Amino acid sequence: MTPVTTRTLVVAFADWSVVAVGAPADEPVAVVRAKRVVAASPAARAEGVLPGLCRREAQARCPAVTIGDHDPARDARAFEPVAAALEVLTPRIEITEPGRAAFPTRGPSRYFGGDAALAARAAALARGAVPGVTRGMGPGVGVADGPFTAALAARQSATAGGGAGSILVVAPGASPAFLAPLPLATLEHDEPGRRELVDVLGRLGLRTLGDLAALPAADLVARFGTGGAVAHRLAAGLDPRPPTTRPPPPELAVTAELDPPAERVDVVAFTARALADELHRRLTGRGMACTRLLIGAETEHGEVMERLWRHEGTLGPGAIADRARWQLHGWLEGSAQHRPTAGISRLRLAPDEVVAATGRQLGFWGGTTGAPERAVRAMARLAGLLGPEAVTVPEWRGGRGAAEQVGLVPAVAVDLDGERAGVRPGPVSAPWPGRLPEPEPATVHPEPLPVTVLDGGGAAVGVSGRGRVTAAPHQVVVGDARPVRVLAWAGPWPVDERWWDPAGHRRRARFQVVTDDGVARLLAVEAGRWWAEAVYD
Amino acid sequence: MSSILDGMAGGVAGAEGLARLAAAAVRTRAATLAGERALPVAAALTALCPDGLRRGSTVAVAGGAGSTSLALVLLAGPSAAGSWVAVAGVPTLGLAAAAGFGVVLGRLVVVSQPPPPSCATVLSTLVDAFDIVLARPPQRVRAADARRLVARARERGSVLLVASGDDRWPEPVDLRLTAVATTWEGLGDGHGHLRARRVTVQVSGRRAAARTRRVELWLPAPGGGVAPVESTGTTDATTADRTTADWTTADAATADRFGPRLPHRRAM
Repeated sequence: MTPVTTRTLVVAFADWSVVAVGAPADEPVAVVRAKRVVAASPAARAEGVLPGLCRREAQARCPAVTIGDHDPARDARAFEPVAAALEVLTPRIEITEPGRAAFPTRGPSRYFGGDAALAARAAALARGAVPGVTRGMGPGVGVADGPFTAALAARQSATAGGGAGSILVVAPGASPAFLAPLPLATLEHDEPGRRELVDVLGRLGLRTLGDLAALPAADLVARFGTGGAVAHRLAAGLDPRPPTTRPPPPELAVTAELDPPAERVDVVAFTARALADELHRRLTGRGMACTRLLIGAETEHGEVMERLWRHEGTLGPGAIADRARWQLHGWLEGSAQHRPTAGISRLRLAPDEVVAATGRQLGFWGGTTGAPERAVRAMARLAGLLGPEAVTVPEWRGGRGAAEQVGLVPAVAVDLDGERAGVRPGPVSAPWPGRLPEPEPATVHPEPLPVTVLDGGGAAVGVSGRGRVTAAPHQVVVGDARPVRVLAWAGPWPVDERWWDPAGHRRRARFQVVTDDGVARLLAVEAGRWWAEAVYD
Repeated sequence: MSSILDGMAGGVAGAEGLARLAAAAVRTRAATLAGERALPVAAALTALCPDGLRRGSTVAVAGGAGSTSLALVLLAGPSAAGSWVAVAGVPTLGLAAAAGFGVVLGRLVVVSQPPPPSCATVLSTLVDAFDIVLARPPQRVRAADARRLVARARERGSVLLVASGDDRWPEPVDLRLTAVATTWEGLGDGHGHLRARRVTVQVSGRRAAARTRRVELWLPAPGGGVAPVESTGTTDATTADRTTADWTTADAATADRFGPRLPHRRAM
């Protein structure tokens, strides 16, 4: 039995967000998300700016680099002209992500005279829709059996050629041979969630997709479950899921009439959000999740705009609402030539491909999961209310003092979904000579409080240049509070920091003191003055 | 209380009934513990809150020295179990200490002290979104705001931990933990360093926690973290309304004199 796959054409740009930023083509540009480079232009790549680099490192390697913020809405908006241009070929353009569109070739290919002719036409249309794209950024066009293979072919031709030769047609039935030599890491391009699986497979000695495809599928299912089965199907050049024989029931589609017709995107987006919630409720009520969705809008004058959106995982209500907004933004505020002549009067969301909802499986070893959506929303709201500096997440930095070991960074600057750097002591805890032993104080004064330390005779206690205390501390006065008697003490522990830097040089001696009010304090003497740095509260 | 116990234990039927009752209690308790109804707490804190932190409840952590550590160990249980934790208005929080007590820094959000007018908004946003929220209000919370926050927490099933005295929080709380006495160990007269601390925690509250008890904890324990103090169990506040030193010895004396009866009292 020959396996059934949908022959697909994919048009892809190598680093779409860089194109969407709109900077001149030959300049080095990098797009940054949560301080990490996610896309870079060929000029920037030539200077060594690669995805995954942190922003400062990128700027150090290439000082002239223009940094753009990651903004999926802008990317989608900028991609809309390309999708509109490709609509000449076929009405059902599917947008996998901004910068990548796909459609099945069965009908169009026959009409336009073969896969190669269709691909050449698609490449010309896409290039015409985006002026000023340089070599090495695309568009690349790939035709192959199944969207996964076609996307890889398109990606290869986008980065390799860029000129007239940016087309790669994989002959029918040749997908396994095309995929076989590719590295296993190819599997995690679209689906970062597969990283762990790829990692394990790599450690088991599998290097290429061909190695993986050669294994019996049943063994992979037995060992890795659904994830293994999908990976095997992809590596063997099949669609990730067996094709559905039955379209989803039509009553799942949801429609809203807008009266009065909406001319502004935010009004439509608001309706789309409510519709998305409704759709999501209907789907979950049937135990289904949506992987491909048709978003359709109709104006008063009968103009219709429909787009298919695919998601590698499943589309939640937030993702559906986002896509509706991107699509309509491109239409309502795009170029005058494509803009509708009237407001939108009807909005329709129809699931085009559904799968059984498997729910979200958490990591077996208590693996980190992203921040729950509610928490992220609350943080964004508070950052709006109090300012971005007010909502922070901790990060290990390492240091000698109680306040220096963990720093706070604004939550907006951090990618809360991924594995963050600095949430564990890790490499930064490596030796800090002079650090006080555990336990750490539970209360750390942001600004040290001035204190007076007296000996039994009522004279101030000091520490000599050789690190010896002049007398045993007997009494401590914090600010203008009542004096407290010292029950136990230890110190001084001297620390001489940043002696090479005249501005940052600090020389301190620390003491731990337990007083008769039951409080243990961390005191420090610096230049003859005593400070309370922290309380072991 | 002991007279009731004596009466019940008097007849064979009573003893059987008691055993059945105890068995039923164990069964029902296991059912309510099923994760959904309560947030987990560190194993050493089972003496403080045997069923974990009930979702939707308000907990006050008060007292002088030791109260911040106490609040941190309460955050540690849910945090280790995967909940996200928010802290609002505690700019002096020692984050390294929080990590030492088991709070997962990757799931912690610190919100700076909100200006008093927006304090209630900020807290209700946090209570909406996080499983457990530690807050130190900058000034007395208005009674209406406090009631609204309590209702919000109950509705969303989150726990609000208030780290300030009665003067700032007008509403009654479900559980009140007060650090009443602390003793540090490890520090001598000019030598050693702080290693461990015994903290006496007074537990009071409503419903199941209505009876005031005192529990002794190592906070931090000698190797870090939190541990129960082995030698002493829980006891009634009536026998312990004195200074720590007095109290420990008095309890030991009681145990000597009424040795056989103490286990019964604990079992209740």
